[in-house]
Amino acid sequence: MSESAPPAIRIRRLAKSFTLHNQGGVTLPVLRRLSLRVDAGECVVLTDPSGSGKSTLLRTIFGNYKPQGGEILVRHGDRLVDVVSAEPRQIMDLRRRTMWYVSQFLRVIPRVPAVAVVAEPLRALGVGRADAIERARAILGRLRIPERLWELSPVTFSGGEQQRVNVGRGFIAGHPILLLDEPTASLDAASRAIVVQLIREARESGTALLGTFHDADVRDMVATRVVSLAEAETEAA
Amino acid sequence: MTPMPMTQVPLLAVRGLTKRYGERVGCLDVGFDLWSGEVLGLVGESGSGKTSVLQCLAGRLEATAGCADFFQRDGTIVDILRLPEAPRRRLARTDWAMVQQNPRDGLRMGVTAGANVGERLMAVGERHYGRIRREALDWLGQVEIPQDRIDDLPGTFSGGMLQRLQIARCLVTRPRLVFMDEPTGALDVSVQARLLDLLRGLVADLGLSAIVVTHDLAVARLLAHRLLVMKDGEVIESGLTDQVLDDPQHPYTQLLVSSVLQP
Repeated sequence: MSESAPPAIRIRRLAKSFTLHNQGGVTLPVLRRLSLRVDAGECVVLTDPSGSGKSTLLRTIFGNYKPQGGEILVRHGDRLVDVVSAEPRQIMDLRRRTMWYVSQFLRVIPRVPAVAVVAEPLRALGVGRADAIERARAILGRLRIPERLWELSPVTFSGGEQQRVNVGRGFIAGHPILLLDEPTASLDAASRAIVVQLIREARESGTALLGTFHDADVRDMVATRVVSLAEAETEAA
Repeated sequence: MTPMPMTQVPLLAVRGLTKRYGERVGCLDVGFDLWSGEVLGLVGESGSGKTSVLQCLAGRLEATAGCADFFQRDGTIVDILRLPEAPRRRLARTDWAMVQQNPRDGLRMGVTAGANVGERLMAVGERHYGRIRREALDWLGQVEIPQDRIDDLPGTFSGGMLQRLQIARCLVTRPRLVFMDEPTGALDVSVQARLLDLLRGLVADLGLSAIVVTHDLAVARLLAHRLLVMKDGEVIESGLTDQVLDDPQHPYTQLLVSSVLQP
């Protein structure tokens, strides 16, 4: 990657607060003038205690939360898209081709089998059904989900199994940017090691990763850089 | 599932859509673009104006003001609010479909399941009996109705099957724009999930554009890419579905989202 390549994510002066209109109109400021960049091949880990706004930052980058100001420039193919001002359909395209968010909890769709849940990001990219399902089966196997569960809806899966389905879905399509919100939180040691391996492989193939990891061991194994929100809010970008 | 093309012209561009019932406002100055492959959800309480918007666009109510430019297959654009009866009927037969809340309103209860699906094909010029029957059988399969029910009258079907039959009847002609009015509203919760999943799959596989009216935010989350939130006839908030539901900005949307009962 040449030095002139723009960062995968560049955030400047991002401000995000929540106003609770039905609870006395109280406003909770969460992010104040936050600036941060993440380059391809980096895994930047946010290290603040819980409740300090790490998930809010990840969700705001993903377009799930609506910030009050600043910009979030994301490299989308050969263009830069500002998530803060983008139209919904641009964000939909960004999510399909460039950026994926692995949340802490899988939002389960009734009746859709785990293998189809994992294959969905590939299908959205136009990959054929058979090919997408084959790749989904491969990643489910790698994540140690028992094969007898693949054709079942994850509704009845354990928390750890759901989380692994979520991770499989996040890593399957090779999105150039991955936002990881505690992807190893409810996993046993063996599963955690596999997720660490997936993150390292993604990093080595040039994916830009930004995430939070409760677990100090995992953090040390995956991070190329560690940042706190407080630093990101004072630093000039 | 086909990737959504980033075309430059929206399939439907609505501006200033207003419907008055005498002094009372149905909907006021509603505007949005609907792009190819997009599913737009209209949400709000009953009386918020979402059904007025849908009915005006579908040609079932006359709009008081506004325009709605529809991008036709041949590349021309027509204002569907000002379209004479004959071309509007032609569009309703070919390019549009309407999924009614009560499937009995969208089906002909006096003819068989197969005829309900085949009829729409005949309306667009198909005359070959064998092909019509094959296509009808194929669609019954797609909406998970046992194919040996093809010669049964819809009156013998359960509510969930009726709704699936209506969907087959609507989609058999490959419309480009589908209007849906509370598509799961008349169903038991146990069959809603199955229908929603089916609709999700069909909309994605066929690359349909759709406008879905629903008061059920869970339905909106599963089906719609984008939402318009309506109150007292006006759009008070709009955006990506997950953004509107997870970080609602307007006091009314916040109230709506926080009022949903969790099972």
